[in-house]
Amino acid sequence: MSSELLQFLLSGITVGAIYALVGLGFSIIYNASHVINFAQGEFVMIGGMGTVFIASAGAPFPIAMIGAVLLAVVIGISLQKLAIERARHASVVTIIIITIGASIFLRGLAGVIWNRDFHSLPAFSGEQPIHVAGAVIVPQSLWILGVTVAVAVALFVFFNRTMIGKAMLGTAHNPFAAKLVGINTNNILILSFALAAALGAIGGILIAPMAPTHYQVGIMLGLKGFSAAIVGGLGSGPGAMVGGLLVGIAEALAAGYISSNYKDVVAFVIILLVLFFMPSGLFGSRASERV
Amino acid sequence: MKGATVASRYGGVFVLAVIVAVLPWFLPNSFYFDVVINSGIAAIVCVGLNLLIGYAGQISLGHAGFFALGAYSSAILTDNLGWPPIVSLGSGLLVVALLAFAIARPILRLKGHYLAMATLGMGIIISIVLNQEVDLTGGPDGMPVSSFSLLGQEVDSELGWYWIVGGSLIITVWLALNLIDSAVGRALRAVHGSEVAAQVAGVDTTRYKILIFVVSAVLAAYAGSLFAHYTGFLTPSEGSFFRSIEFVTMVVLGGMASVFGSVIGAAILTALPQFLTVFHDYEHVMFGLVMMLTMIFMPKGLLPSLRNWINKRTS
Repeated sequence: MSSELLQFLLSGITVGAIYALVGLGFSIIYNASHVINFAQGEFVMIGGMGTVFIASAGAPFPIAMIGAVLLAVVIGISLQKLAIERARHASVVTIIIITIGASIFLRGLAGVIWNRDFHSLPAFSGEQPIHVAGAVIVPQSLWILGVTVAVAVALFVFFNRTMIGKAMLGTAHNPFAAKLVGINTNNILILSFALAAALGAIGGILIAPMAPTHYQVGIMLGLKGFSAAIVGGLGSGPGAMVGGLLVGIAEALAAGYISSNYKDVVAFVIILLVLFFMPSGLFGSRASERV
Repeated sequence: MKGATVASRYGGVFVLAVIVAVLPWFLPNSFYFDVVINSGIAAIVCVGLNLLIGYAGQISLGHAGFFALGAYSSAILTDNLGWPPIVSLGSGLLVVALLAFAIARPILRLKGHYLAMATLGMGIIISIVLNQEVDLTGGPDGMPVSSFSLLGQEVDSELGWYWIVGGSLIITVWLALNLIDSAVGRALRAVHGSEVAAQVAGVDTTRYKILIFVVSAVLAAYAGSLFAHYTGFLTPSEGSFFRSIEFVTMVVLGGMASVFGSVIGAAILTALPQFLTVFHDYEHVMFGLVMMLTMIFMPKGLLPSLRNWINKRTS
């Protein structure tokens, strides 16, 4: 393998891990509520920007990071309680417009309350690059991959080994049956928004030292996360992980070998191709539609 | 009953025509003309988009892409190739119609969230291309557009633009109302109610959805072309995701499946940021709030809700 190709793969996997985290958030909310939360990207923005501004108020970085994740969680729960829940019986178009409205609202608020400049976080453990077979990797990449793997393992344990995780899966399969066996599906909805918000915020914090954060950063990261979720099959956890890596790698290869100007197009071309030709994605279930 | 609806339909067009005819006497200066002309341009897009969202029940988060394609076709063909503006306009509409037709079939097979994402993806791809093809479009810095001329007569006055946009809007509304009342409109309402039921009843739902998609795309491109010549300068932000959202918000605020609602929604959301300068910083916040609050508390939108309220009061 040429060192150039290895370099592209490494950077693709790094950003792909972030897309995977965002994509997982999409899938978790979709499973619980069959809503696609267009505001998912804003949680990523809140993670990065929140950390920057809490830290600039004097808090040490670890505290600032936890604060930013909590902030995203509170906003995620508010979004569910104040907006989505009130429109529970509305049409899909209505709910789409509500979540888009929420995303523009949050973005605008961030631009006004914080500011519209670019901000960077310091790398978690230095910037000394590590050389691997002719390619270079920065320590932050290792942090991103490590945290993503840890999150994936934690989620696996949560969904397969804990009662509450199983309750979430049950609600995803059949909300009515879940209610019958005594699962409080309302709490499951709140939990899923909280979890998705936390995942997005973690992604936003991890990427901020490598790509500066900005009040509008959530648009692209959110959409690419969606692209990850859809490639893997909406609602599938492992699908979102694999999808994220695939989108990240495709983007890095396109930037390296075709044109870096059109890097951002890759995710959207993937969205269209998957939707047109393989709407249930790689790992999605092929459900027949109820009329 | 039938007579009453026909009367109210053309009554509406008549009222709109009267408003357009007398409004210039009430506009004190060019600032007001500018706001009204921009409202009219947005209204043309929204009337078309509402046919798709409100009547056919298919969302599009990428109509600014068609708007921008219309605008840039006019700009590039007129200024770079020296074509007469009216020929550029026609060619632009043809290109957009063909493009919309080509992507309509695969895109409209999708539903709900998937359709939203696909149209959004399409819009963003168009916007990225406009940003990157610097030789053609000037890239993020934008490009100048020469003024519109017809039969050797250059349109350079605000009043001239006012009549062009006003006349276009009246015709657009009239066409939309006719379309809604035709067999196409009935089929679309059936699609909105239940697509499967409509298919079972023998309605070729795909054909009608494609037709409306193309019509709404062409209307957006037409408005974009007028916009390009009117403002004289284009930037890729005209095709941005936020611009698409603005159009959807206007439709939603005015009222889904209400043609006149779209005109009102477009006018309100174009005028508000111009008159309330505080809006400038809070533009995103306000748009987001309008979208959420309208959908939660007034999902039918302004005009239909108002009509219900009046009906309740009078009966």
